[in-house]
Amino acid sequence: MHTLRMPQSKTHLSAVAIDKAYLKGAHRIPVLRGVDVSVAAGEFISIVGQSGSGKSTLMHLLGLLDAPDMGEVRLNGDRIDNLPARVRDDLRNNVFGFVFQFYHLLPELTLVENVLAPLMIRHGVFSYWGKKNAFLEQAQEILDRVGLGHRLHHRPSELSGGEMQRAAIARALMNQPEVLLADEPTGNLDSHTGGEILDLLCSLNEDEGLTIIMVTHDDYIAQQSQRIVRLTEGRIQELEEAA
Amino acid sequence: MYKLILAIRYLRTRYIALVSIVSVTLGVATMIVVNSVMSGFATEMKSRIHGILADMMIETTSTDGTHDPVALMAEVNRIAGDYIDVMTPTVEIYGMMSFDWAGQTIHRPVTLIGIVPESKNRVSPLAQYMLTRQDLFDDGKLIRGPLRAINDPLTWDLTPEDLQLRREMIEFQQFQQRVEHEFRPQNAGSGVTPVAAEAPAGDAQFDSFLQPAVGSSADSTAEAEDTIVDPFGPSTTQRTPSDPAAPMAARVFLGAGLVSFPYKDRETGGTHMMYMVQPGQDINLTTIKTGIPEPARFKATVVDIFKSGMSEYDSNLVFCNLEELQYARGMITGPDPTNPHQNLNWKDGEITTLQIKLKDYKDAPEVVRRLREELPAAYFSVRTWEQKQGPLLEAVEVESAILNVLLFLIIAVAGFGILAIFYMVVVEKTRDIGILKALGATSEGIMSIFLSYGLALGIVGAGAGVTLGLVFVAYINEIETALSTVTGRKVFDETIYYFQEIPTVVYPSMVAWVSLGAVLIAVLASILPAWRAASLHPVKSLRYE
Repeated sequence: MHTLRMPQSKTHLSAVAIDKAYLKGAHRIPVLRGVDVSVAAGEFISIVGQSGSGKSTLMHLLGLLDAPDMGEVRLNGDRIDNLPARVRDDLRNNVFGFVFQFYHLLPELTLVENVLAPLMIRHGVFSYWGKKNAFLEQAQEILDRVGLGHRLHHRPSELSGGEMQRAAIARALMNQPEVLLADEPTGNLDSHTGGEILDLLCSLNEDEGLTIIMVTHDDYIAQQSQRIVRLTEGRIQELEEAA
Repeated sequence: MYKLILAIRYLRTRYIALVSIVSVTLGVATMIVVNSVMSGFATEMKSRIHGILADMMIETTSTDGTHDPVALMAEVNRIAGDYIDVMTPTVEIYGMMSFDWAGQTIHRPVTLIGIVPESKNRVSPLAQYMLTRQDLFDDGKLIRGPLRAINDPLTWDLTPEDLQLRREMIEFQQFQQRVEHEFRPQNAGSGVTPVAAEAPAGDAQFDSFLQPAVGSSADSTAEAEDTIVDPFGPSTTQRTPSDPAAPMAARVFLGAGLVSFPYKDRETGGTHMMYMVQPGQDINLTTIKTGIPEPARFKATVVDIFKSGMSEYDSNLVFCNLEELQYARGMITGPDPTNPHQNLNWKDGEITTLQIKLKDYKDAPEVVRRLREELPAAYFSVRTWEQKQGPLLEAVEVESAILNVLLFLIIAVAGFGILAIFYMVVVEKTRDIGILKALGATSEGIMSIFLSYGLALGIVGAGAGVTLGLVFVAYINEIETALSTVTGRKVFDETIYYFQEIPTVVYPSMVAWVSLGAVLIAVLASILPAWRAASLHPVKSLRYE
């Protein structure tokens, strides 16, 4: 039924001829060399590669956490990597959702506060307080969805790895993003828990048509996505349809 | 919103940062305590100076004074009458005081001030410092209560107790004189050598000048007889004028420092005050006449001893009745040429100073300006009491300013502690900063987290400091007592400072400025770490676990 909502032809987010190098002392270490990737709206793709192949860097560039040396990042056909910092901050807040390998929850905040963090960033003190109850309800809904509805007021240190990752996903979903960027979301979890997380991502993609870009080094996990982009030494090696 | 919540959470969870602001707290508390005590001392000192001096004074350039005080007062009233509450005429002149004590004659340089007590007391509340109006303590023990009420009008009357004392003293002295008179011829006869004969003669001359003190010799009694202008009111009118115990026409209030000294009792170890002159006794005063400076001598009865707490005044000033000082200096004569010492009125004489109390001291600069403009500058100088005591007040001010700078430097040093610890916190929070940026936080937002964290730390530190400081000030005397008990040494010696307890004054504006300064330093110290946090690259901060 979702095929209607997923016209595979329409490019949602794309990287065009991206070059990126890091400076290590006086040495310039190229990470990405002329990478072209595009993802259609509602697509779930995996970027696979060895450690150091540049897959995380590619994801950071797509999510505007970093700027390419050359090339462009486009969202719905518009270039976004050269926008003013303030606009890029807004895009990260509204359009992209990030999930990291190490969950990256803020230890000072409770679970529900972590999930609410994107909204806190978007709204000032007064407008946040004004809509506090609506936001709390929204957070509760999302946490229910990822199966953490009963642990709202726990600190991240009191949660297991799987729970933390689910909380991180809930946080990424809080601002109803268009694109979810997941950097090794299962990398730190055992295979069973990792499988659960993956199932969650799949269902988000299928049920809500969320565009997902997942970085992994694990071929088995990559198989769950619709398409795999293989990176070797900073170049696209092959594009393949997942099973 | 996240800035607020994170700043508050950091404040509650980073105890090391709270430790770093302990120095701010201590600095603020110290500044408040020091400032309160210093302004307490300063205020106390000012009120004491003010209690002796007037709001402002018009002084004649010459010590001979101006011959028409009534006209001067009318002129002053015309110029600035709207601002003036009370005026009192005075004569100020240098002089010497001498009295006998323990078989020796003691001389003291003094400033003689002739006053009209009723109006002087309204210009500067002198009466409160008089010892007859206070409890008298010796070594911490009450030895007598006040002999008269503190609000009694200030007059030249002796208290009945002092009058009785005077009577007994004079009777004893007369007895002594009689005895001496009876035995002297034999004594004089025994001294045969010319040198020996000269010596007693010299003594006698010396004695007749200084010793006759308490109305002893015949001539002084005679003088007392014809000069008394009924100083005791109706109750004493029936007293015969020849009463040898009648006080002199000239009466004085003496500064306590002139006639007293503390001494340690070897047996008990306590400190006692020794008064060499008691009210009721007579003293000799020497000053100069107007015109060619000829010495003017007169005897006066001590009516009271005052202790203002300003040692400069207590060991220098002698207040005398104005008319008698004018008469002694030749500034006045009575209406009856055959008896010029009778029915004196200061209005007919000359005065050197006009002391003025203003309705509102805030008007002082304006009044000074007007008076300076209109009064001839060659003859009159117009000054406020602050200008007259300028160097002293300035010294106190400079002292407190330097102390404030030094103490504020302590808080500034604390600022560097905050900076170092903040830097550490930022490094520790590198990953969180990356997350926040990934979630869309702006660099300014990140910066303001740490700035508001610094602000919050500053407020907590300053708040704790203010509380600590104010509590310390409120209980400073109890703390002093406790410290004295623990160390066994007196931290604050009342006899040195004249205060029963440590005076303190807390100005809210001072507290506000100190805490504002401390908060500002905390914020300034957090700028560099906050800026570093803001400029962290999100990817670099996220990459490594």
